[in-house]
Formats: sequence, structure tokens, C-alpha cells
Amino acid sequence: MALWAHAVRAYLLIAGMWVRSTMTYRASFVLMTIGNCVAGGLDFLAILLMFSHIDALGGFTLPEVALLYGATCTSFGLADLILGNAERVGQRVRDGTFDTLLVRPVPVLAQVAADRFALRRLGRTSQGLAVLGWGVASADVAWTPLKALFLLVTVVAGAAIFCAVFLAGAAFQFWASDASEVANSFTYGGVTLLQYPPTVFARDLVRGVTFVVPLAFVNWLPVLRLLGRDDPLHLPGWVSLCGPLVAVALLALTGLVWRAGLRSYRSTGS
Amino acid sequence: MRLYAAVAVSGFRRHATYRMATAAGVFTNTVFGFILAYTFIALWDERPHLGGYDRGQALTFVWVGQALLAAVSLLGGGFEQELQARIRNGDIAIDLYRPADLQLWWLAADLGRAAFQLLGRGVVPLTAGALCFELTLPRDPLRWLLFLCAVTLAVVIGFALRFLLALCAFWLLDGDGVIMIGQLLCVFFSGSLLPLTVFPGAFADVAQALPWSAVLQVPVDVLIGRYAGAGLAGALGFQAGWAAVLLALGRLTQGRATRKAVVQGG
Repeated sequence: MALWAHAVRAYLLIAGMWVRSTMTYRASFVLMTIGNCVAGGLDFLAILLMFSHIDALGGFTLPEVALLYGATCTSFGLADLILGNAERVGQRVRDGTFDTLLVRPVPVLAQVAADRFALRRLGRTSQGLAVLGWGVASADVAWTPLKALFLLVTVVAGAAIFCAVFLAGAAFQFWASDASEVANSFTYGGVTLLQYPPTVFARDLVRGVTFVVPLAFVNWLPVLRLLGRDDPLHLPGWVSLCGPLVAVALLALTGLVWRAGLRSYRSTGS
Repeated sequence: MRLYAAVAVSGFRRHATYRMATAAGVFTNTVFGFILAYTFIALWDERPHLGGYDRGQALTFVWVGQALLAAVSLLGGGFEQELQARIRNGDIAIDLYRPADLQLWWLAADLGRAAFQLLGRGVVPLTAGALCFELTLPRDPLRWLLFLCAVTLAVVIGFALRFLLALCAFWLLDGDGVIMIGQLLCVFFSGSLLPLTVFPGAFADVAQALPWSAVLQVPVDVLIGRYAGAGLAGALGFQAGWAAVLLALGRLTQGRATRKAVVQGG
């Protein structure tokens, strides 16, 4: 427990330092935050443009897609804020600066996660929240406190699932030092995939992101439950409630992978 | 001329050394190709001939877009960060007294990079797309040759745009924000999210007149055969025109920037 508190404190300290440092170029920070917000929003703009020609995509209306989109973007934005820079591990392994992280009396994971902490990523999170808010207000759902709580838990669990994916991607860099783009196809690819209804995709792809890389728990299964729709795989109803469990299991698993990666690390010696 | 050819070759070689990164990029482009292809199928099932494309052409748009993504630096990741770093830390002074032109030097290096990315990151995703989906790819070798011309012009325009953004560092010190805005404009107005012809009304016309459309929309349209005869010449002329204008602008800015450059001693 003390170790965890130490790690979190270290994370916050390093993150705070990076926030102060980015504030030096304030104009650039503001531009980057807006840019980050717009970058996420462009995907939704594309969806809006699509819906200017159609009434439903894969059988889903615009407010329903907004709910799917908003939930996944908020989760992804949070995970990206917390752990997004872990992908820089590969670069550090390559140029030898990873060694400096190992000799400091601070958990390596906390240092890696807070490395170049970028507050501007709140731009993406807030854009996701805005779309989610609109989706909640306009989708055809009879909201109850329980459903609202379920949505909140879903967003948090989704963020945790994306964190696990980021962590797995970072651990992978110990073995393949310049392949951070493979991780991108699961993180950025994942968030792009989940923005659209599952009915759009081939059955095997949906199966893959349910059972292999369980991204479907980020938003597809829970939001389909909220909308009162069947999931395309016809899983039993309770499965869509399992997001938090999946998140915890996935975090534990990727934590082990991270440890294994860290143990296998050999310095470049430069 | 021989100097710049050598620079281009070394640009090619430099990127060819990152084999794992290239393989990873191919994987990512292919994954995104699949995701986008399915969304386009859903869209074109609802509205066949949307934007003047049939389903095969729309899918070709997706996969050619993924194949060109790295070559034309749709998402950035080219030379602009490196050039800005040199401006910020003063190394630019060394570049400026070299007996080579700054703009041509970086253009040559970028052309070399693009040539590698086209081969290294373009061929495999497009092949994967052609195997898994019904694409509208031409059999006529001449069309492929014209497509290569369009891609070359697209690379030059992409370079010229990013060169302008990079030079902003002379005035701004930290140019990351400007680069990001540039990337967003490029992603949106190049047609990489949706073909520009799908944009509503007059907005579509404006978007197609902007230089970014020459980076992706025009090369893809050349490949899938939307142009013939005079139209084809017009499309390539449109690209060449923007390339000339943007390169000239870059040259003008370079002149002003270098007169302004203050090199710190020590």
C-alpha cells in the first residue's frame, strides 16, 4: 500500500513538473489543447457529414452513434492523459535514456506514465464528454439514476481497459524497440473502431474485439444494453455488465507483461 | 543537382533502416484500412453513388489513402519537427552557410523519404485491400504512371506546406501548435476522412480548390479514372500550380526568416 502511495505521489510530482514546463510556451499550449480537441472532433465531424446523407448507419441513428462515440472518446481521452506517453518507452530503450529511470528511487512505471505528461490531452477528453452529453440528452433512453451510474462506471472501466492496452503496448517496446505503431493500431485503431456501431463490421472482427482484445467492453456491450439493443454476437445479458471485471483482469495481466518486459530489458550500454 | 540527388538517396536510405517501424506502420495502415472500409461499405450501402463514387471506387479511396498516408505525410511525421528543432537550438546557422539551398535540401531529403514510404508502407496495405475487397484498380499501366506523377506532385505540395509551417519557428520559438493546426487542416481537407465530393454543397467546391485536396483527393481520383483528357491535364495542372505557389511562398518566407535570424554565441 505504501508502495502504491509512493508511486502515485511520484506520478503526480513528475506530471506537475511537465505541466509547469509546458506552461512556459503558453500560446503553444493553448493552440495544442484546442488542436487536441479539434483532432478528436474531426472524427465526429466526419460522422456528422455522413449523417447529412443518411438517416441511419448500420441501423443506428445519429444520437445513438453519438452515445457510442462519446463514451469511447471520453474513456480513451482519460487513458491517453494518464498513460498515453508510455509509448515513448521504445524511444528511451533505443537511445539508452531508459537506464536513468531505473536508477531513480521511484517506481519505473510511474516515471514512464508521467513522462512528458501532456495536460493538453484534456482537449480530447472534453470533446468526448461534449458529444457524450449530447448523446445522453438526445438518444432514446429513459434515464434512471441506475442507468446514469452504469454509464459512469462504463466510462471509467473503459478508460481502465484502454490504460491496459497502452501498458501492453509499452511493455511490447522492450522486445521490439521501434514498433510503437503496432500499439497505435490497438489504441487509435480501437477508438476509431468503437466510434461506429458493431453492426457495421464483419462478425469475425466483432468477435475479435470481444474475446481476444476485449475492447467491446469499453462501450459496445454496455451502450447496446442502455439502448435496449441486442449485441450482434447474442451474448447473455449479464456479459455487458462485466466491463469493470474485464478491466481489472486486463490491468493485472498487462501488469505482469510489463514486469516480464522490464526484467528482460538489456541496456544498450551507450 | 548531383548534391540534391545524393541528399534524396540518403533520405531514402535513412528511412529504409527502420525495418521494424516500417513493418509496424504497414500493420497499422492495414488495420485502419479494414476499419474504414467497413464504415464506407455501411455508408455506401445506404447511399449508393454517394459523392459520385460507386462502392468499389469508395473502397479504393480508403485503401489508396492508407497506402499514401506515410508517403505524403498526411499525419505529419516528416521533417518539420527536425527543422524546427534546428531553428530553436541554432543549428540552422550551420545549414545556412552551407553551399546548398535550405529549401531544396529539405525537399530532396523529403522526396527520398517519400519514395521509400511509398514502397515500404504503400504496396502491402494496398495489396491487402485489393485481396480482401473489390477495388477499382486500373489495368492500364499508363494510368498507374499518371498516378505516380500525381503522387509526386502531392509529395511536393505536402512538403511545401510543412516547410512553411516549420519556418514559423523563426518567429514563434515553439512551433508545435502551428504544426498541429497544419496537420488538422491536412487531415480534413485532403479527403482522408471522407472524399471531398461528399462534403455538402459549396463547401465541397471550396475544399476541392484548396491545396490539401491536391495531397490525396486528386491522386486517388486520377487512379480510379475520374478524369480523362483535358480534365486529367487540368487535375495535374491544378497540383502543379499549387506546388509552384507554395514553393515560391516558402522561398519568400525563407528569405525573410534568414534575414531575421539571430544566432546566439557561445
